[in-house]
Amino acid sequence: MAENQWPLWEVFIRSKQGLDHKHAGSLHAADAQMAIENARDVYTRRMEGVSIWVVESKYVHASSPDDATSFYEPANDKVYRHPTFYDLPDELKHM
Amino acid sequence: MTHSTALIHYTLHLADDGLILGHRNSEWTGHGPILEQDIALSNIALDLIGQARNFYQYAAELINIGGLSGPSNISNPAMGPGLSDGPRSPVTEDQLAYLRDGWDFKNCLLVEQGNGDWAKTILRQFLFSAYQTTLYEKLAQSRDKTLAAIAAKSYKEGVYHLRWSSEWVIRLGDGTEESHTRMNNALDELWKFTGELHTAATYELETAAKAISPDLSTLQPLWKEKVKEVFDEAGITYPPSVWMQTGGKEGRHTEHLGYVLAEMQFLQRAYPGCEW
Repeated sequence: MAENQWPLWEVFIRSKQGLDHKHAGSLHAADAQMAIENARDVYTRRMEGVSIWVVESKYVHASSPDDATSFYEPANDKVYRHPTFYDLPDELKHM
Repeated sequence: MTHSTALIHYTLHLADDGLILGHRNSEWTGHGPILEQDIALSNIALDLIGQARNFYQYAAELINIGGLSGPSNISNPAMGPGLSDGPRSPVTEDQLAYLRDGWDFKNCLLVEQGNGDWAKTILRQFLFSAYQTTLYEKLAQSRDKTLAAIAAKSYKEGVYHLRWSSEWVIRLGDGTEESHTRMNNALDELWKFTGELHTAATYELETAAKAISPDLSTLQPLWKEKVKEVFDEAGITYPPSVWMQTGGKEGRHTEHLGYVLAEMQFLQRAYPGCEW
Protein backbone atom coordinates (compact mmCIF):
# COMPACT_ATOMS: atom_id res chain seq x y z
CA MET A 1 0.00 0.00 0.00
CA ALA A 2 2.68 2.48 1.04
CA GLU A 3 4.34 2.65 -2.38
CA ASN A 4 0.98 3.29 -4.02
CA GLN A 5 0.19 6.26 -1.78
CA TRP A 6 0.01 9.68 -3.33
CA PRO A 7 2.41 12.17 -1.78
CA LEU A 8 1.42 14.14 1.29
CA TRP A 9 0.76 17.89 1.03
CA GLU A 10 0.48 20.58 3.68
CA VAL A 11 -2.43 22.96 3.24
CA PHE A 12 -2.49 26.63 4.19
CA ILE A 13 -5.72 28.59 4.08
CA ARG A 14 -6.26 32.34 4.18
CA SER A 15 -9.59 32.83 5.88
CA LYS A 16 -10.14 36.35 4.55
CA GLN A 17 -8.38 39.15 2.73
CA GLY A 18 -5.76 40.87 4.83
CA LEU A 19 -5.09 37.92 7.10
CA ASP A 20 -2.24 35.52 6.54
CA HIS A 21 -2.37 31.91 5.45
CA LYS A 22 -2.70 29.47 8.33
CA HIS A 23 -1.81 25.81 8.37
CA ALA A 24 -5.10 23.93 8.03
CA GLY A 25 -3.94 20.33 7.79
CA SER A 26 -2.58 17.88 5.29
CA LEU A 27 -3.88 15.61 2.57
CA HIS A 28 -2.84 13.25 -0.20
CA ALA A 29 -2.80 14.23 -3.87
CA ALA A 30 -1.09 13.12 -7.07
CA ASP A 31 0.04 16.60 -8.09
CA ALA A 32 -0.16 20.25 -7.05
CA GLN A 33 -3.33 20.91 -9.04
CA MET A 34 -5.11 18.02 -7.39
CA ALA A 35 -3.78 19.09 -4.01
CA ILE A 36 -5.33 22.54 -4.39
CA GLU A 37 -8.65 21.05 -5.44
CA ASN A 38 -8.58 18.50 -2.66
CA ALA A 39 -7.84 21.31 -0.23
CA ARG A 40 -10.79 23.23 -1.63
CA ASP A 41 -13.04 20.22 -1.14
CA VAL A 42 -11.74 19.16 2.25
CA TYR A 43 -10.91 22.45 3.98
CA THR A 44 -13.09 25.19 2.47
CA ARG A 45 -16.50 23.57 2.20
CA ARG A 46 -17.83 25.64 5.09
CA MET A 47 -16.56 28.95 3.72
CA GLU A 48 -13.30 28.79 5.64
CA GLY A 49 -11.15 30.41 2.99
CA VAL A 50 -10.47 32.77 0.12
CA SER A 51 -7.00 31.53 -0.81
CA ILE A 52 -5.15 28.22 -0.66
CA TRP A 53 -1.47 27.38 -0.60
CA VAL A 54 -0.21 23.82 -0.80
CA VAL A 55 3.31 22.56 -0.42
CA GLU A 56 4.47 19.01 -0.66
CA SER A 57 5.27 17.90 2.86
CA LYS A 58 8.72 16.62 1.95
CA TYR A 59 9.77 20.23 1.30
CA VAL A 60 8.89 21.35 4.80
CA HIS A 61 11.92 21.26 7.05
CA ALA A 62 11.15 21.20 10.73
CA SER A 63 13.10 21.90 13.86
CA SER A 64 13.80 18.92 16.04
CA PRO A 65 12.08 18.56 19.40
CA ASP A 66 15.51 17.55 20.79
CA ASP A 67 16.74 21.07 20.14
CA ALA A 68 13.98 22.66 22.20
CA THR A 69 16.19 23.41 25.19
CA SER A 70 18.81 25.33 23.25
CA PHE A 71 16.36 26.82 20.75
CA TYR A 72 13.60 28.25 22.89
CA GLU A 73 14.53 28.40 26.52
CA PRO A 74 17.17 31.12 26.15
CA ALA A 75 14.35 33.52 25.21
CA ASN A 76 12.65 32.98 28.57
CA ASP A 77 14.37 35.80 30.44
CA LYS A 78 14.64 38.37 27.64
CA VAL A 79 11.56 40.37 28.51
CA TYR A 80 13.06 43.47 26.88
CA ARG A 81 12.44 41.85 23.48
CA HIS A 82 8.70 42.30 23.91
CA PRO A 83 7.37 45.63 22.64
CA THR A 84 5.20 45.98 25.72
CA PHE A 85 6.44 49.43 26.71
CA TYR A 86 4.53 51.31 24.03
CA ASP A 87 1.11 52.90 24.50
CA LEU A 88 -1.07 51.72 21.63
CA PRO A 89 -3.88 53.89 20.25
CA ASP A 90 -7.33 52.35 20.76
CA GLU A 91 -8.01 52.30 17.02
CA LEU A 92 -5.22 49.79 16.51
CA LYS A 93 -6.59 46.28 16.26
CA HIS A 94 -4.94 42.91 15.74
CA MET A 95 -1.69 43.75 17.53
CA MET B 1 -49.90 21.51 -23.55
CA THR B 2 -50.35 24.86 -21.92
CA HIS B 3 -47.54 27.23 -21.18
CA SER B 4 -47.45 26.43 -17.49
CA THR B 5 -47.56 22.66 -18.03
CA ALA B 6 -44.51 22.85 -20.30
CA LEU B 7 -42.77 25.02 -17.73
CA ILE B 8 -43.58 22.54 -14.96
CA HIS B 9 -42.28 19.64 -17.05
CA TYR B 10 -39.14 21.53 -17.93
CA THR B 11 -38.49 22.48 -14.31
CA LEU B 12 -39.02 18.88 -13.23
CA HIS B 13 -36.63 17.76 -15.97
CA LEU B 14 -33.90 20.06 -14.60
CA ALA B 15 -34.62 18.89 -11.06
CA ASP B 16 -34.59 15.20 -11.99
CA ASP B 17 -31.22 15.51 -13.76
CA GLY B 18 -29.71 16.94 -10.58
CA LEU B 19 -31.37 14.52 -8.19
CA ILE B 20 -30.53 11.35 -10.09
CA LEU B 21 -26.92 12.26 -10.83
CA GLY B 22 -26.54 13.55 -7.28
CA HIS B 23 -27.87 10.27 -5.95
CA ARG B 24 -25.62 8.24 -8.22
CA ASN B 25 -22.58 10.21 -7.05
CA SER B 26 -23.65 9.85 -3.43
CA GLU B 27 -23.43 6.08 -3.85
CA TRP B 28 -19.66 6.62 -3.78
CA THR B 29 -19.74 8.26 -0.36
CA GLY B 30 -17.64 6.09 1.90
CA HIS B 31 -16.37 4.08 -1.08
CA GLY B 32 -14.20 6.64 -2.88
CA PRO B 33 -10.72 5.57 -4.01
CA ILE B 34 -9.13 7.94 -1.52
CA LEU B 35 -10.56 10.09 1.27
CA GLU B 36 -10.02 13.40 -0.52
CA GLN B 37 -11.74 12.24 -3.72
CA ASP B 38 -14.53 10.66 -1.71
CA ILE B 39 -15.21 14.11 -0.24
CA ALA B 40 -14.84 15.81 -3.62
CA LEU B 41 -17.46 13.59 -5.23
CA SER B 42 -19.74 13.83 -2.21
CA ASN B 43 -19.53 17.63 -2.44
CA ILE B 44 -20.57 17.43 -6.08
CA ALA B 45 -23.44 15.14 -5.12
CA LEU B 46 -24.60 17.68 -2.56
CA ASP B 47 -24.31 20.53 -5.06
CA LEU B 48 -26.47 18.65 -7.53
CA ILE B 49 -29.08 17.68 -4.95
CA GLY B 50 -29.12 21.30 -3.77
CA GLN B 51 -29.81 22.44 -7.33
CA ALA B 52 -32.52 19.80 -7.63
CA ARG B 53 -34.18 21.09 -4.45
CA ASN B 54 -34.37 24.60 -5.86
CA PHE B 55 -36.00 23.31 -9.03
CA TYR B 56 -38.40 21.01 -7.15
CA GLN B 57 -39.47 23.83 -4.88
CA TYR B 58 -40.21 25.96 -7.91
CA ALA B 59 -42.02 23.11 -9.67
CA ALA B 60 -44.13 22.53 -6.56
CA GLU B 61 -44.96 26.22 -6.45
CA LEU B 62 -46.03 26.17 -10.10
CA ILE B 63 -48.11 23.04 -9.62
CA ASN B 64 -49.83 24.49 -6.57
CA ILE B 65 -50.57 27.78 -8.31
CA GLY B 66 -51.84 25.96 -11.35
CA GLY B 67 -54.15 23.85 -9.20
CA LEU B 68 -52.95 20.65 -10.81
CA SER B 69 -52.73 18.72 -7.56
CA GLY B 70 -55.34 16.50 -6.01
CA PRO B 71 -57.12 13.29 -6.91
CA SER B 72 -58.75 14.63 -10.05
CA ASN B 73 -55.33 14.91 -11.64
CA ILE B 74 -54.03 11.52 -10.66
CA SER B 75 -52.87 10.76 -14.17
CA ASN B 76 -51.13 14.06 -14.73
CA PRO B 77 -47.69 13.01 -15.98
CA ALA B 78 -46.04 15.84 -14.10
CA MET B 79 -47.29 14.44 -10.85
CA GLY B 80 -47.69 10.72 -10.80
CA PRO B 81 -50.24 8.73 -8.85
CA GLY B 82 -48.41 8.91 -5.53
CA LEU B 83 -49.30 12.53 -5.00
CA SER B 84 -53.01 12.15 -4.43
CA ASP B 85 -52.92 11.91 -0.67
CA GLY B 86 -55.83 14.22 -0.02
CA PRO B 87 -58.14 16.67 -1.63
CA ARG B 88 -56.04 19.45 -3.14
CA SER B 89 -53.28 19.16 -0.61
CA PRO B 90 -50.33 21.25 -1.75
CA VAL B 91 -47.53 19.41 -3.48
CA THR B 92 -44.11 19.57 -1.82
CA GLU B 93 -40.56 19.19 -3.11
CA ASP B 94 -40.25 15.94 -1.17
CA GLN B 95 -43.28 14.44 -2.84
CA LEU B 96 -41.91 15.30 -6.24
CA ALA B 97 -38.61 13.63 -5.40
CA TYR B 98 -39.83 10.63 -3.45
CA LEU B 99 -43.33 9.77 -4.63
CA ARG B 100 -43.19 9.88 -8.41
CA ASP B 101 -42.61 6.72 -10.41
CA GLY B 102 -40.04 6.03 -13.10
CA TRP B 103 -42.22 7.12 -16.02
CA ASP B 104 -42.78 10.50 -14.31
CA PHE B 105 -39.06 11.18 -14.09
CA LYS B 106 -37.70 13.36 -16.88
CA ASN B 107 -33.97 13.06 -16.31
CA CYS B 108 -31.79 12.25 -19.29
CA LEU B 109 -30.59 8.67 -19.62
CA LEU B 110 -26.94 9.57 -19.08
CA VAL B 111 -27.33 10.49 -15.40
CA GLU B 112 -29.11 7.28 -14.39
CA GLN B 113 -26.41 4.94 -15.76
CA GLY B 114 -24.64 2.85 -13.14
CA ASN B 115 -21.47 4.09 -11.50
CA GLY B 116 -19.28 1.31 -12.90
CA ASP B 117 -15.66 2.02 -12.08
CA TRP B 118 -14.14 5.39 -11.22
CA ALA B 119 -13.50 6.09 -14.93
CA LYS B 120 -17.16 5.66 -15.81
CA THR B 121 -18.33 7.83 -12.92
CA ILE B 122 -15.84 10.53 -13.88
CA LEU B 123 -16.72 10.44 -17.55
CA ARG B 124 -20.45 10.56 -16.82
CA GLN B 125 -19.88 13.63 -14.67
CA PHE B 126 -17.66 15.24 -17.30
CA LEU B 127 -20.07 14.70 -20.21
CA PHE B 128 -22.93 15.98 -18.10
CA SER B 129 -21.10 18.97 -16.61
CA ALA B 130 -19.95 20.06 -20.06
CA TYR B 131 -23.63 20.09 -21.04
CA GLN B 132 -24.92 21.59 -17.80
CA THR B 133 -22.52 24.53 -17.74
CA THR B 134 -23.37 25.57 -21.30
CA LEU B 135 -27.06 25.15 -20.47
CA TYR B 136 -26.94 27.14 -17.22
CA GLU B 137 -24.92 29.89 -18.83
CA LYS B 138 -27.75 30.45 -21.28
CA LEU B 139 -30.56 29.63 -18.85
CA ALA B 140 -29.30 32.43 -16.63
CA GLN B 141 -30.78 34.74 -19.27
CA SER B 142 -34.15 32.99 -19.21
CA ARG B 143 -37.32 35.05 -19.34
CA ASP B 144 -38.37 33.04 -16.33
CA LYS B 145 -36.71 34.92 -13.48
CA THR B 146 -36.71 32.02 -11.03
CA LEU B 147 -35.08 29.59 -13.45
CA ALA B 148 -32.59 32.31 -14.40
CA ALA B 149 -31.66 32.86 -10.76
CA ILE B 150 -31.24 29.15 -10.00
CA ALA B 151 -29.17 28.71 -13.16
CA ALA B 152 -26.90 31.65 -12.34
CA LYS B 153 -26.23 30.29 -8.86
CA SER B 154 -25.75 26.70 -10.03
CA TYR B 155 -23.50 27.69 -12.91
CA LYS B 156 -20.64 28.46 -10.51
CA GLU B 157 -20.92 24.99 -9.02
CA GLY B 158 -21.06 23.43 -12.47
CA VAL B 159 -17.87 25.15 -13.56
CA TYR B 160 -16.05 23.49 -10.70
CA HIS B 161 -17.59 20.10 -11.47
CA LEU B 162 -16.43 20.46 -15.05
CA ARG B 163 -12.93 21.45 -14.04
CA TRP B 164 -12.63 18.61 -11.55
CA SER B 165 -13.99 15.95 -13.92
CA SER B 166 -11.99 17.30 -16.90
CA GLU B 167 -8.76 16.87 -15.01
CA TRP B 168 -9.69 13.32 -14.09
CA VAL B 169 -10.56 12.46 -17.69
CA ILE B 170 -7.15 13.78 -18.73
CA ARG B 171 -5.38 12.06 -15.85
CA LEU B 172 -6.91 8.67 -16.66
CA GLY B 173 -6.95 9.05 -20.45
CA ASP B 174 -3.33 10.12 -20.50
CA GLY B 175 -2.28 7.92 -17.59
CA THR B 176 -1.34 4.26 -17.64
CA GLU B 177 -2.37 1.69 -20.20
CA GLU B 178 -4.99 0.40 -17.80
CA SER B 179 -6.47 3.80 -16.98
CA HIS B 180 -6.60 4.66 -20.68
CA THR B 181 -8.40 1.41 -21.44
CA ARG B 182 -10.88 2.01 -18.64
CA MET B 183 -11.63 5.50 -19.90
CA ASN B 184 -12.24 4.14 -23.40
CA ASN B 185 -14.49 1.40 -22.04
CA ALA B 186 -16.48 4.04 -20.17
CA LEU B 187 -16.78 6.04 -23.36
CA ASP B 188 -18.14 3.00 -25.20
CA GLU B 189 -20.78 2.54 -22.54
CA LEU B 190 -21.86 6.16 -22.17
CA TRP B 191 -21.49 7.80 -25.56
CA LYS B 192 -24.83 6.60 -26.92
CA PHE B 193 -26.61 8.54 -24.17
CA THR B 194 -25.04 11.90 -25.03
CA GLY B 195 -27.22 12.60 -28.06
CA GLU B 196 -30.24 13.04 -25.82
CA LEU B 197 -28.63 15.99 -24.06
CA HIS B 198 -29.19 18.14 -27.12
CA THR B 199 -32.38 16.54 -28.41
CA ALA B 200 -35.31 18.63 -27.28
CA ALA B 201 -38.28 16.97 -25.59
CA THR B 202 -41.76 18.25 -26.44
CA TYR B 203 -41.85 20.56 -23.45
CA GLU B 204 -38.38 21.93 -24.26
CA LEU B 205 -39.55 22.97 -27.73
CA GLU B 206 -42.30 24.97 -26.02
CA THR B 207 -40.11 26.54 -23.37
CA ALA B 208 -37.49 27.38 -25.99
CA ALA B 209 -40.11 29.01 -28.20
CA LYS B 210 -41.06 31.21 -25.24
CA ALA B 211 -37.41 32.09 -24.49
CA ILE B 212 -37.66 30.30 -21.14
CA SER B 213 -34.97 27.80 -22.12
CA PRO B 214 -32.19 27.97 -24.70
CA ASP B 215 -32.43 26.23 -28.05
CA LEU B 216 -30.56 22.98 -27.39
CA SER B 217 -29.23 22.74 -30.92
CA THR B 218 -27.24 25.94 -30.32
CA LEU B 219 -25.63 24.37 -27.25
CA GLN B 220 -24.42 21.27 -29.05
CA PRO B 221 -21.41 22.87 -30.85
CA LEU B 222 -20.29 24.48 -27.56
CA TRP B 223 -20.52 21.13 -25.81
CA LYS B 224 -18.61 19.37 -28.57
CA GLU B 225 -15.86 21.99 -28.42
CA LYS B 226 -15.41 21.54 -24.66
CA VAL B 227 -15.50 17.76 -24.82
CA LYS B 228 -13.16 17.58 -27.77
CA GLU B 229 -10.62 19.86 -26.13
CA VAL B 230 -10.39 17.63 -23.07
CA PHE B 231 -10.43 14.41 -25.11
CA ASP B 232 -7.54 15.72 -27.22
CA GLU B 233 -5.49 16.38 -24.13
CA ALA B 234 -6.46 13.02 -22.69
CA GLY B 235 -5.47 11.16 -25.84
CA ILE B 236 -9.03 9.94 -26.37
CA THR B 237 -10.59 9.88 -29.82
CA TYR B 238 -13.79 11.87 -30.15
CA PRO B 239 -16.24 9.19 -31.32
CA PRO B 240 -17.79 9.38 -34.77
CA SER B 241 -21.54 9.84 -35.14
CA VAL B 242 -23.40 6.79 -33.91
CA TRP B 243 -27.01 5.92 -33.16
CA MET B 244 -28.12 7.70 -30.02
CA GLN B 245 -30.61 6.42 -27.48
CA THR B 246 -33.18 8.92 -26.26
CA GLY B 247 -36.39 8.88 -24.26
CA GLY B 248 -35.42 9.64 -20.66
CA LYS B 249 -36.62 13.21 -20.83
CA GLU B 250 -40.03 11.90 -21.92
CA GLY B 251 -40.14 9.28 -19.16
CA ARG B 252 -38.84 6.26 -21.12
CA HIS B 253 -35.89 5.13 -19.09
CA THR B 254 -33.24 2.43 -19.09
CA GLU B 255 -33.60 -0.37 -16.57
CA HIS B 256 -31.20 1.43 -14.21
CA LEU B 257 -33.55 4.16 -13.02
CA GLY B 258 -35.88 1.72 -11.27
CA TYR B 259 -33.08 0.54 -9.00
CA VAL B 260 -32.11 4.10 -8.14
CA LEU B 261 -35.69 4.97 -7.23
CA ALA B 262 -36.20 1.75 -5.27
CA GLU B 263 -33.32 2.63 -3.00
CA MET B 264 -33.85 6.39 -2.90
CA GLN B 265 -37.60 6.32 -2.35
CA PHE B 266 -37.85 3.31 -0.06
CA LEU B 267 -37.96 5.23 3.21
CA GLN B 268 -40.65 7.72 2.19
CA ARG B 269 -42.76 5.01 0.64
CA ALA B 270 -42.43 2.62 3.58
CA TYR B 271 -42.85 5.36 6.19
CA PRO B 272 -44.80 8.16 4.50
CA GLY B 273 -43.94 11.62 5.78
CA CYS B 274 -41.10 10.27 7.91
CA GLU B 275 -38.69 12.95 9.15
CA TRP B 276 -35.48 12.85 11.13
